[in-house]
Amino acid sequence: MDGVSFHVVDGEVFSLLGPNGAGKSTVINVLTTLLPLQEGHVTLAGCDLATQPACVRRSIGIVFQEVTLDRDMTCREILDFHGRLYRMDKRERQSRTGELLSLVELDEWADTLTKHLSGGMKRRLEIARGLMTRPRILFLDEPTIGLDPQTRRKIWDYIRNVNREGTTIVLTTHYMDEADRLSNRISIMDRGRIIVTGEGWELKNRLGQDLIYLETSDDTRAGEVLSKAPGVESVQGKAHGLLAMVREDGTHLLPALMADLQGAGIRVQTVNLKKPSLEDVFLYYTGRDLRDGGVGNEKRAAIHPVGR
Amino acid sequence: MNGTGFLTIYWRDMLRFVRFKTLLFSSLVQPALWLAFFGIAMSANFSRLSAGLPAIPGVTVVGYLTFMAAGVIALTTLFTSLFGGIVILFDKNWGMMREVMASPLPREHIIIGIALSGMTKSFIQVLIITAFGLLIGVGFFPGYSPGQAVLAFLGVLLFCGVFSLGFVFLSSAIAVSLESPEGLQGIITLLSLPLFFVSNALYPISAFPPVLQELSWGNPLTHLVNGVRYFAIGPDFQVIGVRYVTSPEDLAVSLGFLSAFALATFGLAWWRFHEAVVT
Repeated sequence: MDGVSFHVVDGEVFSLLGPNGAGKSTVINVLTTLLPLQEGHVTLAGCDLATQPACVRRSIGIVFQEVTLDRDMTCREILDFHGRLYRMDKRERQSRTGELLSLVELDEWADTLTKHLSGGMKRRLEIARGLMTRPRILFLDEPTIGLDPQTRRKIWDYIRNVNREGTTIVLTTHYMDEADRLSNRISIMDRGRIIVTGEGWELKNRLGQDLIYLETSDDTRAGEVLSKAPGVESVQGKAHGLLAMVREDGTHLLPALMADLQGAGIRVQTVNLKKPSLEDVFLYYTGRDLRDGGVGNEKRAAIHPVGR
Repeated sequence: MNGTGFLTIYWRDMLRFVRFKTLLFSSLVQPALWLAFFGIAMSANFSRLSAGLPAIPGVTVVGYLTFMAAGVIALTTLFTSLFGGIVILFDKNWGMMREVMASPLPREHIIIGIALSGMTKSFIQVLIITAFGLLIGVGFFPGYSPGQAVLAFLGVLLFCGVFSLGFVFLSSAIAVSLESPEGLQGIITLLSLPLFFVSNALYPISAFPPVLQELSWGNPLTHLVNGVRYFAIGPDFQVIGVRYVTSPEDLAVSLGFLSAFALATFGLAWWRFHEAVVT
């Protein structure tokens, strides 16, 4: 971990996006006081992390990446135990338990042992547990990992609702769609560093409005031609072609670019136009595919800017 | 704040204890089996061997079964307490410990909560052994009135309680420092064998070589057995030709020794828990 610095605005959803092994969980473990802060300074909900860990612990809720439910306790007991850990009085525990079980639609399962719950239900129960103490900040470490698409959407709805009611959310994910749909702002992490931070649209706009991928008979010369064309932000060489980032609407710009290439005597074999996704943003800043995780040095070597 | 936080930990551990039916059943039946088979077999042997020994005149004679029933109480308390901390290891491995570690609950409350539940489990077992023992002819509380017997039993529980706390603290300290249940199993076996045999739980130590006698004096199990026999059998009795005299001073020394042991292991557990990183 090195040079990780970010601030989260009160009331927002903030995402740490990065491949497995990027260090996201380590950041969460430090912020939730499970790992000691070795260097640097963190203030959370007005408490200093290094000197007032108890103050931090009272202000946060956590949903861990792995399931951390006692298999032999019921949903109600899980929430009750959590409330007791935080010294909530009995009446408040009971009313809060009822409230949360209906929020995550587990009323009917209140007295079922957690070992009989499905993966999605366990996640929902854990979210309810994270909210039990009405934390100011809720940490979610990969909240939808391993869940089916329908359940994921459901979990996203809960997260949005919770946020709407005023809880600040910090989540880690390696799913771009999750970061994209849920967050106000995103930090992209890779190899223990934060590479770039911004709102989703802002990050994507840094890559220009559209991306045009081309394969031509002479990529080197095509790159030169494209770099000089008006409207083109920059051009990157790929393993088998070129990627041009453009400032204008690509559908209008593309015919002109094709004409330029044809004029220079370059034959275009394939062309593909798309809006930049967070994945492209990640690729652009790290030179690696988000899905690759820790490996991918070969890809990094394959990408080399060929002028602007 | 958080004055009674340990009760939360205690509550959950007891909840699990009664919920795991097989664990509950085996922990209740196992000590009775010890007494029934080992006790009766050994006592038959010792009775035969000691049949020719002259009794010391004027001293109450106690059967071997009664003598060793006190030892079974002590051994059961030892094993239950040594395994008391294993729950911490499971919680660590299954991730449940993170919830507790990230909460504002002070860590000494985890130690105390687990120790109290280990102690409760021991008490239940002691009660069962005592009741079952009386049923099969163990001569506990000889000639006591019901009131005296209850008081004497409370005395037994006092010794078992302090002893149990000491060993659950120790077990928790080891468990929180380890990564796998297998490791704890090994350490417990390594610890329990010498504790078991270099003590007066099953046989008199007067025939031990001097070095072993010294060692057995430093063994908490010996002090527990002293206390249990004092309360359950009496301050002065003989068994298989050996006389046992326990003065109130001896009793106080034993209780002091067990208390010091519990304090020391609590300190150890406190240190291990404050060092522990659970992720």
